Parts: sequence; C-alpha cells; structure tokens
Amino acid sequence: MSLHDNDLTLTTSAKPETGVPEMAGVRSATYQRAGQWRLAWWKFKRHKLAVAGGIVVLLVYFVAAFAEFLAPQDAGAYSARYTYAPPQRLHFWDESGFGLFVNAYKTEINKESFAREFVIDPEQKIPVGLFVKGAPYKLWGLIPSDIHLIGPLDPGQPMYLWGADRLGRDMLSRVIYGTRISMTIGLVGVGLSLFFGILLGGLSGYYGGQVDNIIQRVIEFLLAIPTIPLWMGLAAAIPPSLSPVQVYFMITVILSLIGWTGLARVIRGRFMAVKNEDFVVAARLDGASEMGIMLRHIAPSFASHIIASVTLAIPVMILSETALSFLGIGLRPPVVSWGVLLQEAQNIRSVATAPWLLLPGIAVIITVLALNFLGDGLRDAADPYSE
Amino acid sequence: METAAADVVVTVNDLSLDFESNRSVVHAVKNVSFRMKRGKTLCLVGESGSGKSVTARSLMRLVDQAGRITKGRIILNIDGKSVDITALDPKGKEVRRLRGARIGLIFQEPMSSLSPFHSIGDQIDEVTQLHLGLDKKAARARTIELLRQVEIANPEVMADRYSFEYSGGMRQRVCIAMALACNPDILIADEPTTALDVTTQAEILDLIKRLQESRGMAMLLITHDMGVVAEVADEVAVMRRGEIVEFGTVDEIFHAPRHPYTRQLLDATLKLEHKSERRIAMKAAAPSHAQPVLSVRGLTKRYGDVKGFLGLGTTQGFRAVDGVDFDLYPGENLGIVGESGSGKTTVGRLILRIAEPTAGRVLYRRETGEQVDVATLTKPELRRFHQEVRLIFQDPFASLNPRMTVKQIVGDPLYIHRRAQGRELEERVAELLRLVGLDPSMMDRYPHAFSGGQRQRLGIARALALDPRVIIADEATSALDVSIRSQILDLLLDVQERLGLSFIFISHDISVVRYFCDRVAVMHKGRVVETGDAEKICTDPDEAYTKALISAVPSPDPRNKRMLHRHRFYATPESVN
Repeated sequence: MSLHDNDLTLTTSAKPETGVPEMAGVRSATYQRAGQWRLAWWKFKRHKLAVAGGIVVLLVYFVAAFAEFLAPQDAGAYSARYTYAPPQRLHFWDESGFGLFVNAYKTEINKESFAREFVIDPEQKIPVGLFVKGAPYKLWGLIPSDIHLIGPLDPGQPMYLWGADRLGRDMLSRVIYGTRISMTIGLVGVGLSLFFGILLGGLSGYYGGQVDNIIQRVIEFLLAIPTIPLWMGLAAAIPPSLSPVQVYFMITVILSLIGWTGLARVIRGRFMAVKNEDFVVAARLDGASEMGIMLRHIAPSFASHIIASVTLAIPVMILSETALSFLGIGLRPPVVSWGVLLQEAQNIRSVATAPWLLLPGIAVIITVLALNFLGDGLRDAADPYSE
Repeated sequence: METAAADVVVTVNDLSLDFESNRSVVHAVKNVSFRMKRGKTLCLVGESGSGKSVTARSLMRLVDQAGRITKGRIILNIDGKSVDITALDPKGKEVRRLRGARIGLIFQEPMSSLSPFHSIGDQIDEVTQLHLGLDKKAARARTIELLRQVEIANPEVMADRYSFEYSGGMRQRVCIAMALACNPDILIADEPTTALDVTTQAEILDLIKRLQESRGMAMLLITHDMGVVAEVADEVAVMRRGEIVEFGTVDEIFHAPRHPYTRQLLDATLKLEHKSERRIAMKAAAPSHAQPVLSVRGLTKRYGDVKGFLGLGTTQGFRAVDGVDFDLYPGENLGIVGESGSGKTTVGRLILRIAEPTAGRVLYRRETGEQVDVATLTKPELRRFHQEVRLIFQDPFASLNPRMTVKQIVGDPLYIHRRAQGRELEERVAELLRLVGLDPSMMDRYPHAFSGGQRQRLGIARALALDPRVIIADEATSALDVSIRSQILDLLLDVQERLGLSFIFISHDISVVRYFCDRVAVMHKGRVVETGDAEKICTDPDEAYTKALISAVPSPDPRNKRMLHRHRFYATPESVN
C-alpha cells in the first residue's frame, strides 16, 4: 500500500461548482485547461434569460448602427395629408401568392364628433417591397445610398407600419432613428465614469489609509448633490448657441463626473478584498512590483465585474435620457430620441386618439429589461470561482 | 456484538443519496447501512468528500434541496414505536418535532451556529419553549441547569451574555447544551472539535462523552481524525466515496483492520506518531552545523498602540508576539507549535516582513557569511531576501491565483526576476513540477483542475523556483486530509535532501511537527515557552503548558487512551485576561 502518488482527494469533488457537467475524457481535459473567460462563458450560457437579453441587446445595437437603411423613411419627413394615420398591417400574401402589401387609407367623417378619421381601405392595395429605392441618405454620413430594407414600391404612396404622429411622420422610422441617439449618447458618460471609477476606486482600495480617506470623503460630498436640480440648472446654464445634441452631450459628461462614485466604491471594495488574499501576498513575496501586482494579479480578478456593471449602467443612462427628455430638459426636437418621441405622448388627447405614440415607451421597456437581464447574467457569470 | 433489539435506536438500511445539479448526478451516499445503540458511540470516519456529513444530515432530513434519497430506509425506534424518517416530508411537522426533541445536533462551527442578536440564554430558552412547551420561567431554569451541566462557570450570569462574549470552546459548550435541551435519544456531532484547539478539543470531547454516558444517549460522531475515534468511539464505520468500507468495534478497526483503505488511513495516522526515519538518517549524515542561518532576537509585534500627546500617556496595545528568540541552523527543520492566537503565524510574517515588527531583530546570514538585519533592509535588498527565504501558504486554494495557468503561477518568480524566458522558462517549470511529483504536461491547466494536495505541491514548486535557502511553511499541511498530509511532508523532506534547505515549520499539529522537525519552539500567548529537541518536547516536556498541550493530543490507539488522562494547564491569574 504505497501512499505515494495516491492522492485521495483527486477523486473527490474539490473543484468549484461551475455547472460544467463532468463528462469523461475530452470534456474534462478542456475543463482543466479552461481559463477564467471560458468558465464564465459556460456559466453565462446556462442563464437562459441573460442569453435572450444579450441577443435582444445585440439586435437593438444593430438597429442603431443601420438606422438609415432599416428605417423606411427619413426621420424628419412629414406629410400633412397623413397626420395621426393609424398603423397599417403588413400583409404577406395576395391572391397570386407571396407578395407584400399594405392597405391604403380612406378618410371618413365621424358621425358623432364630425372629426376626420383615417380608416383602412381593404379594397386598395399598396405594394411593398424589400430593398426598395426611397429617400436618399448617407450611411454613417459617408456612404451615399437610397436603398431601404422595406418600403412602398412607389415612394409617393403612404406606408405607416407603426402609424404616424401629429405631423404625419412615420413612427417606425422615428423610433429606429431614436434608437441610435438613445443607445449611444450616454456611452461616453459611462466610459468616463468607468475611467474615474477604476482609477480612483483602485487607488483608494489599494493604498488605503489617508488616500482612501480623502477619496471616500470626496465621494460622499458628490453623492450629497441632488441630481435633478443639478440637471435643470445645467440645462439652463449651457449656452443656447450649441445644438441640442451638444447640450445633452455636455450634460452627460458633467453628470458622469458625479456618476463614477458608485463604481469607485465597488472597485475599492474589490481591491480591499483581494489585496490581502494569499495569492497577492505570494506575488509580493515573488518580488512583483506594485504595478505588476495591480495589473497582472488584481485587475483580472474583477475585469468581468466591470463589464457587468457597465452593462447595468447603460439602462440607467437610457432611462435618465428618456426621463429628462420627457421633462423637456434633456434632448429637444429636432433631435430624435426615445424620450423626445415620448414627449409627444404627454397629453391625454393625443394618447386617446393615437395610442401608437406610446410605442417608443415599449422600445425603452424592452431594451432596459434586456440589458438588465444581460447584466444580471454577466454578474453571476463574472466570477466563475465563487460559490 | 449481540445486543438486544430494544437497544437499537436507529437502523439505517441500504441508504443511497444523490445530488443532482443541472446535468450531472453525484452519488454522495451509496448503500449505507448501520445501527446505532443506546448508550454507545458510533464514529463515522472518512476523509473530505467521503459522504459522512451527508449521511448524518439525512438522519435529520437536513440535506440540501438538491440532495435526494433514492433508496433505503432510516428507522427510528423510540418509545416502543418505530418511525421511518425517509418517508416523512422533510419540511413537515413530524420531522420538525423529531429534530431537536429526539435528535440533537452539534455542528462543526460554533461561531456560525449561534445568533449574535440574542443572548445565549434566550436561544436555549427558545428550544425548550418550542419543544417541551415550558413557560418562560421554567425554560430559563432549565437553561441554567443545562449550562451548569456543560460546565459553564456562573451560568446565571452567563445566560444573559451574547455569543461574541464567549470563547470558541464555550460556544461549543452552548451548542451542546442546546442539543441536549430536550433530552434527545440520539446525539449527532458533526466534527464538533475540528475548529477548536487541541486542549479545548480534549475538554469538549471529554464533556460530550461523559454527558452521553450519563444520559444513555446513542451518539453519532463524525470526524476525520483517527485519534479522536480511538479516544471516544465504541463502534466505527469507515467511509470512502459514499460507501462504508468497513464496520466494526473500535478495537477491531484499530488492531485488526480488514479493508485496505482502513489500513491506509491508520498507517497515515500512525506514521505521524514518531519522527520520520528518513529525517533521522539525513540528520545523522549531516555534519554538525556552524552558524545559524537565521537568528530571531526579541521579536515583538504589538497591535493597537496609542501614541499620546508628545509621547506622554502612550498606551501599549495587544502583544501578538512578545520577545521571541530562536535560531535556525542550516539544513535544520525548526517547528513552531502553538494554539490559535499564540502568535506563531505572526512570527512567520514578521520574519518575511509581510508585517512590520514593532521591535526586535531578524538576523539573516547570506551565503557569503555576512549577516543582515531583515528589519532594516531597503526595498531592493528585501527583494533579494525574499528570493532566498520563501513561504508556503496554509490554504492551497487561496494562495494560487485562479486566473493564471500553472505555468504562469510557478514561473512567475522566474519571470519577475528575469531568470528565464520562453522555452527556458517552460523547461524550468517542467523540472520544478517533476520535482514535486506532478506531470509537466499539466503546465497549461488552471488551478481549479487540481485537488488540494496537488495544489499544495504547486505552492511548493513556486517556493522552490528561485533556489531558496530557507522555507517558511505556515500550516502547510493543515488544510489537507491525513493521507495527503504525510505525502506532502515526505515531499518536503525529499526536496530538502536534494536541495539542502532549512525549514521553519509553523503548525498547531503536534504530530506533524514531531514527524518533520528536529527542534521545536512552543509558543503560548506570544512568547516562546519552551524550545528543545522535537522528540523530547513531544514525549517528555519540561514546561507545564507544553505538558498540557502534548497530553491533550488524541492518541490513535483505543487501548491507550491518552486524552482523558491528560495534564491540565491552569493559567496563572495574570494570563487569564
């Protein structure tokens, strides 16, 4: 009974629970060679809702990237003839087989209110095609084109799949253009928050003592400033000569100078937890420099957490954009964003007669939920060595 | 073995339990059968992951949701009735009535099983109020009586105290009192002394044993320590990988083991009962040494010093290490033993200056013969010192960065000091892995692919990477199972023989120190109370504290129970607080 080379714990489960099934042979070899990111990916894949959220988020950003191509019309194109036109249904089959078309509108006078109303006319068909020529545009301001994913074959005819607003503008096109602004304008803010958060949080957590004390007091001071009045003040203080997008951009940048505090606290906590871990002490005894310890040993241990917290910061930024634009102190027309579009839905009368004006709200809800699910999944998967 | 059927309190028949996760099934318990008798102690012994705790918990239906009893029955015979526990709803009323009232449970971790929000008295009152329906006054009277039974001094006063005002041993006494509150027929103790110091362990085991005998309870004691088994068991079931491989009386198990695994466990335990023969041979071959490689003089570390205004009214804080002196000679293994809080780990950290000493000197003799004081080294000098004096950590899981491959971990010191790069680095790492008994092809794996023992080998490989002269091993084997423990010790001796190292071996485990070390320094409350030859310290110590410590170590021989006839060390009044 030689005890050597008979490591009994070998067969018992001394591995962290990563949800990876213990299949013999090939799979276990991959498991043993799997690094942090691969383990996290395996764990993430088990979180079905997060995967679905991730797909939705990717789709939304795809829409934002190709807004000009995907939108049937220009965001600003208006038509006095079709104010508050209701959504049309897209039909896929006509008498001769597959063929896209929508029904045209006819106007009727409501017998009670004597108001003019649009009614779908089932008799008339407007043929619709894919990759049709329409209004010319420049993709990303560079590539000139006039091909749209979907549109009426005759550009003069009306097609309002999500209805029209009070100026006869196509809601679908406006929501698509709004996606671009809403999904990107705060990214700079998040990026800045991230930079300050990691830098100051890292310093605070690693060095501790007086440095930590000063940074934490600064954070507390910043957190004590009420945000909504600050926003309103800033909106009033910014020179009116700037374009609305520039104004909003400036506000998000200024706000991110406050927004880093939350992230900084998280990072500080992680640093404090990790800096006294045995493996960090081991690295120090190995002779690693302070910078080497931070970059090679500590930072990788929460890189995944940072990704997760960024994912959770984006919905906050979308919601604040929406809220502020809705209040009239964020973005302003003619910029198209989800919040600006929802401004249209502020009064009861227009909501009662044209409920499709609330569609941008649904876009907000779906996107925010998808990002939150994704963020939750990422956070759970972020540290494959926990549990 | 022929006992009246009436004496059998619990019969476990062919019990199997599976843990199901999403896609895999772990058979935690496989076809386990045993009986527990009134007034007798059954020990379930096995190494980590053997399924002993799960078996015990299934008696109370306390297994996690994921665990499912697939087969077998657990029959409880009390008050002339028999109940099949497996048939009961784990959340139902009947099971809740059984828990606490008929079956008492003592956990391993006395810290986490008591609430810090309620006084100790209130927590015990609750048990008797719930199960026995006592009113407040009667419950408190019973609580005080119970606290007296578990030998807590001044029970009337202590009942109003909170768990954080109790020491580890006292907390475990409270847990015992709670488990006994309703006069259970069965007592389950799940590693009740593993978290405790050896002297406290002796007291607690002593207490449990006496209470069990006087009350005629059946006890199921779960442990990994063969010494504890020998001291308290009547019958023993040896578990391995979810199965009971051998069942017998304690004498049979220790003196006529049949299963090879039982023999292996015993060998591993008995091996640590005396000094390594290898070491004796090595020692004999070694020339008598010249000057010490490391001398520690008056090393002191105080925490919480408060400096007064202009140096007036300065108060000294807690002395974790208090004027420690010792020498380490080349090629020697020096053990530092002591109980938790004795300052032994801090000594190791002070030598390496992971913590800054408050006072004292650590003199290190370089290969050239010049002597330097570690406490005054500059940063680059300290880096050089750290190459020659290395540390092996206690926890093989926390000390390896889970995000780096084995090659990166073991090769990191080489990389940092630019000793090797690329292919050369790879070759050097392969050589180190072979040296510690691992396959070099495992180089690109991550630490999670390794077991505890293998990880500790990786930690050793990392310590050896820079050709050190001295290695400080801080509880390097205490997180490991007993069979692996001796493998790692043999590995260290092997490495020492080949590379001519000196070790400072810090441990609370007397048997490990006895096996591995030549000389031992015994620490108590920050001071070294006795230094001497390892064999002498372990068999015939001079100091009262050392005597108490040594005699509290359980002896793995049921015919020679040592612990229950131990020396007791009564602290001087000055050191009580």
